[in-house]
Amino acid sequence: MSAPVPPGLADDLDLRGLILRRETLLAAALVLLLAAIALRFPAFVTASSLGGVFNDSAILIIMALGQAAVLLTRSVDLSVAANVALTGMAVALIDAHHVLPLGLTILAAPVLGLLLGAFNGLLVWRLGMPPIVVTLGTLTIYRGFAFVLSGGAWINSFQFSPSFLALPRTEWLGVPVLSWIALAVAAAASLVLGRTAAGRGWFAVGGNPIAAAYAGIDPGRSRFFAFCFSGMLSGLCGYLWVARYAVAYVDLASGFELDVIAACVIGGVSIAGGIGSVTGAVLGSLFLGTIKNALPVVNVSPFAQMAISGTIIIAAVALNTRAERRRGRIILRPVGPQAAE
Amino acid sequence: MSGALQIHHPSDAEPAALPPPRLELCGIVKHFPGVRALDGVDLVLRPGRVTALIGENGAGKSTLVKILTGIHRPDAGEIRVGGRPVSFASPQDAQDARITAIHQETVLFDELTVAENIYLGHAPKTRLGFVDWSAMRARATALLYGLDAPIRPWTKLRDLSIAQRHLVAIARALSIDSEIVIMDEPTAALSHKEVDDLARVIERLKGQGKAILFISHKFEELYRIADDYTVFRDGRSVGAGRMDEATHDELVRLMVGRSVDQVFPKVPATLGEPVLEVSGLCHPTEFDAISFTLRRGEILGLYGLVGAGRSELCQALFGATAPSAGTIAVEGHPVAIRSPADAVRAGIVYVPEERGRHGAVLAMPVFENVTLACLGAVSRHGFIKSAEEFRLARHYAERLDLRAASLAQPVGTLSGGNQQKVVIGKWLAAGPKVVILDEPTKGIDIGSKAAVHAFMSELAGQGLAVLMVSSELPEILGMADRVMVMREGRMAGLFEREGLTAETLVAAATGNIQARSDRP
Amino acid sequence: MALQQTTARVIPDRLLGPIGRSAIRWETLLLALAAAIFLANALASPYFLDIWNLSDATFNFTEKAIIALALAFVVMAGEIDLSMGGTIALASTAMGEAAVLGLSTSALVAVGLGVGGACGLVNGVLIARLGLPSIMATIGTMSLYRGLSYLALGDGVLKDYPAAFGWFGQGYVWQALSFEFACFLVLAVVAGLVLHRTVFGRAVRAIGNNAFAARFSGLPDERIRMILFLLTGLAAGLAAVMLTSRLGSTRPSIALGWELDVVTIVVLGGVSIQGGSGTIPGVVLAAFVLGLVTYGLGLLNVPGIIMSIVVGAMLIGTIALPILAGRILAARRRP
Repeated sequence: MSAPVPPGLADDLDLRGLILRRETLLAAALVLLLAAIALRFPAFVTASSLGGVFNDSAILIIMALGQAAVLLTRSVDLSVAANVALTGMAVALIDAHHVLPLGLTILAAPVLGLLLGAFNGLLVWRLGMPPIVVTLGTLTIYRGFAFVLSGGAWINSFQFSPSFLALPRTEWLGVPVLSWIALAVAAAASLVLGRTAAGRGWFAVGGNPIAAAYAGIDPGRSRFFAFCFSGMLSGLCGYLWVARYAVAYVDLASGFELDVIAACVIGGVSIAGGIGSVTGAVLGSLFLGTIKNALPVVNVSPFAQMAISGTIIIAAVALNTRAERRRGRIILRPVGPQAAE
Repeated sequence: MSGALQIHHPSDAEPAALPPPRLELCGIVKHFPGVRALDGVDLVLRPGRVTALIGENGAGKSTLVKILTGIHRPDAGEIRVGGRPVSFASPQDAQDARITAIHQETVLFDELTVAENIYLGHAPKTRLGFVDWSAMRARATALLYGLDAPIRPWTKLRDLSIAQRHLVAIARALSIDSEIVIMDEPTAALSHKEVDDLARVIERLKGQGKAILFISHKFEELYRIADDYTVFRDGRSVGAGRMDEATHDELVRLMVGRSVDQVFPKVPATLGEPVLEVSGLCHPTEFDAISFTLRRGEILGLYGLVGAGRSELCQALFGATAPSAGTIAVEGHPVAIRSPADAVRAGIVYVPEERGRHGAVLAMPVFENVTLACLGAVSRHGFIKSAEEFRLARHYAERLDLRAASLAQPVGTLSGGNQQKVVIGKWLAAGPKVVILDEPTKGIDIGSKAAVHAFMSELAGQGLAVLMVSSELPEILGMADRVMVMREGRMAGLFEREGLTAETLVAAATGNIQARSDRP
Repeated sequence: MALQQTTARVIPDRLLGPIGRSAIRWETLLLALAAAIFLANALASPYFLDIWNLSDATFNFTEKAIIALALAFVVMAGEIDLSMGGTIALASTAMGEAAVLGLSTSALVAVGLGVGGACGLVNGVLIARLGLPSIMATIGTMSLYRGLSYLALGDGVLKDYPAAFGWFGQGYVWQALSFEFACFLVLAVVAGLVLHRTVFGRAVRAIGNNAFAARFSGLPDERIRMILFLLTGLAAGLAAVMLTSRLGSTRPSIALGWELDVVTIVVLGGVSIQGGSGTIPGVVLAAFVLGLVTYGLGLLNVPGIIMSIVVGAMLIGTIALPILAGRILAARRRP
């Protein structure tokens, strides 16, 4: 049954709001960045080169989407890189010793990642522990277990089965499967964040956890799902990383959690929770990925990468903070004849 | 003062028989560590009738609401819905029993849309269990249309005004097909027109056969809206009956335990020389061209509608925000106030409206809160002298008649009225010249109200200057020597106490007639 | 009710005496734990009870413990600082470059402390003045500071420190009492006095509990936060001096992963991560507990990465176990 719609309430586009949104500005910044690089090195902005940049950023995109879900609920997951290392090592060992068929081996990665994320989530939900403490602890525990599993040994490229390594590189319609997976995950995340009760619940919990509880959404359980989501995606990246670089070792992806968080922060995902979007996380990852790929082209030492990351994080957080700061209440109206009440 | 109130008879002539109760509470007991919130209360709600719940702060009203909405579980006693005993293990259970509550602070989510806010927690679902977004949008549109609310269901909540947000909160309550509706201080932040709207909504809900629990301090509204009443005192029910059979004095006596003759003990004070001179104070978005003088021993009331900019003016005077133009002078000397520390040094102190969030550090004990603004006085070379500290705290605790188990008790476990006393004590200990009180008795029971007012008079009598922001006309008319009215960020009038009426103030605050100031 | 009262009420100052307050405290638990671990270590290894070995044991944790003292203040004020590892790397690199330039030992120390203080000051400006959330800002500065170190050194190493410089990290003040440990004891006493007895300490706790109320009470919260981050930077600078002096060399990867250990000491010490509560004796005891555990494991030849699992588990266990214990006790009390 359709209700009568009062006149003037049809959904029209709020153009000004759209232009000033964080995602639009970020896209513009990305375009400017590419333009700046193209001035000196036009080869960088060819289709194949940009495709390469996207492919290179694929893992970062996937993990940033997972971290975004966690950040939305006012939490943080510092253990994602250790998750990648542990699941990567686990599936590498499974493959090297031919324990399972390929399909199950690959499936084991997100499943294991999900379990690791669930452990984080359980501690946050059931014991009410602060996420930063939990994930600071699990980040060493998980990586330590990678050591326990492997005894400190490396798994090298010749030890993997060829099909294990081939999957991310296989091309479909000229684009590597790795990039396709990133796109698929982005689409799935869009669905989860935009259309599912769990995903919308993350926005509610991050925006006002007490109110969410009163409305019947359990903040602890919501965070648990966010951590499971993040863990699952990290697990998936465990396989992708190991397969792409054809090596598995304990210190894999060391420090990568900082890049993941940087990508989210650049993408406008708020540390305070409740604010963020898939587009933002993807654009933030692409921004960071572009810079990383551009550095060698522009002849900047690879050792500068960490300092540049750090500076970008600080700048992005500063921008986010300014945008979120409440302006003074707008009380004054322009002076003129007072309207009758 | 009580003679000024009107007693309205309910519009429908009541037959002798009342409908059977929809909700019954018998002997509900709830203890928290160190506090007996509810000590055996009874309550009855009937369908199609509004029951007012009256009581001081600390009488147990908010605990009761939390029990009814499934947030707390009672330690003893029985809850019956429709005659059958029930118990709520979670807020979801209370919702399933078709009980819903509208709280004072409308709890909504800025980043979600209006429709999602209305249907959060009970969204319509498709057969597969996913959210049915088109059904949600259609139903939200219908609800808002029914409330005469011109709001698009797909706008994000953060783009709405306060009044619109309140309408969304009401729509939310209506969206839950509930039989029992609890309204906890719903009119605290509403204008007159919005209160009228709410009264109409309540009439419609009554017509639908819902049982309504209405919690409020404002007697005028209770007489207008409620059919029955129940009074709580110290966690017990001390009286119940029909609203049209109770007098104002009776109700107050039940609430407080004795009749209150003098709620506004105004002591006439001799006004001294000017202590605070504000000239042309402006803020880019909050207020413009504010000028006034405050004299020693004077109580200046600051009246206006919600959102007129009064608190913002006070926060600028206190250094919490920065004015863009204008001067402030204390005792003749111009002062630059860029932070609360500057203000305190200049002798201006501010007792905020939200005493829990801005006034006291709830986790810290009483004695640490009292000395928080004058740590220099109880320390030497930076080291705190414990004996001095306790002595100071004890002095103000006694002077303000503080109720606490010990000075080491965390302030968060005190009642609202006692928390207010701790905050006031903190500021008195700082030895101020000007005290700014922002809604000092909001949400406080009558007994503590009188104590705060007596205290304000005493302060003025001792030569302090008091600037009191208030939205309660009886309080302003009773306590202030002069009243300044603000409207939409500008001064709308400055009136002497002599012959001042409520109508004049309301007119100035709403802008219906041109108000002229008597003297700057 | 309030109107009936005519006589003044007498409210006692406190309800529990000093013994009552101590018995139920976190620090008592830590003391028991430290004693237990000490005993376990002594039983497990014959080398443990030698005074010189014990003194050696202190080296591996005093540097972290000194930073933990400063971090405790930051956490109690409701903030966090994850950049100390990066600060150490940058300070150490600066000292290494200064040593190459031939500066004297005291100048080197000044450089180390100066760089540490500067790093802390930058944190302070970002967080206190510009209002950035401390967790993100310090994750950023952690990358920036260590990144600058990598930029300067690449994968090289700086080793040209004067011989006298080695005393800070390896020298002794009196018999088996090392300079590092003596420094730590002095700083612990100072920190304890400041936190528990001074106006500054009270202000820090108030800010951590309710920053609004603290500011509205006239406390200079912006300045205090600035000072706290400056102090953490200086502490990291001091730790850099000691660590570099002890190792005799500088790599950009110096002090990698120290954030975890220092935060563990603070949290294990009973400081609430939300801010507003905690004690210095707790932090000191926690440092001892951590030091004893890692030293004991080291004597048993446990590899470093397994030790970090233990530390991670301790961090989680510190908070989880009391909650679980509380739940079990509550369940048992209910009929």
